[in-house]
Amino acid sequence: MHLSNASLDIDALSGRVAARSRGGIVTFAGHVRDHHEGRSVLRLQYSAYEPMAEAECARIVAEAEARWPVAADLSHRLGTLEVGEMAVAVAVGGAHRDEAFAACRWIIEEVKRSVPIWKREFYLDGTVGWVDPTASPADSARA
Amino acid sequence: MPQHVRVLLFARYAEVFGADVIDLSLPLPATVADVVGRLRDHPGGAELPSRVLCAVNRRQAGPECPVEPGDEVALLPPLAGG
Repeated sequence: MHLSNASLDIDALSGRVAARSRGGIVTFAGHVRDHHEGRSVLRLQYSAYEPMAEAECARIVAEAEARWPVAADLSHRLGTLEVGEMAVAVAVGGAHRDEAFAACRWIIEEVKRSVPIWKREFYLDGTVGWVDPTASPADSARA
Repeated sequence: MPQHVRVLLFARYAEVFGADVIDLSLPLPATVADVVGRLRDHPGGAELPSRVLCAVNRRQAGPECPVEPGDEVALLPPLAGG
């Protein structure tokens, strides 16, 4: 399972890709930040098309493991998250650092590109908005 | 003869249609573009952007992708994971 309603544990994730033959382990943790395009963010809510999101995460892990000689895993939070909480975690283990860094970078970009997850931000001024990474900053300022 | 397609809506699209599932009646086989076109006539459908990301049976699908009876069609607002 790659989607979780509970806090993410990056040490456990990292442990799942560790092995005696893997000398390089790279992890990435994405946390909720307190601002978005100049606005103060209080918390956010992630929702997903869960069966497709699970399948896409599994595809991304499998594809990374086919492209590079690594073991990989990833977890994404759903539900309400406060500022500072971990929203996404990626761990990759390889014999050497090059393939581990490359695969980790590819995985997080692929998660953003293809996993059907949506983010609703709650702002300090009491307003709420859906995050649209495809909108220009001017568009989202008007929204 | 018209058949039913179940369309799943998420996030902002669920808000604009006021529903997270819409059962459409249309002649099948059709395409993803036919399904989206039909939804544009529903209340809230005018809020859809000119290009809508879709999935058929949990895989992203372009406008020409066929829709058969029993398929699960989903309209995906701009993805914002990570």
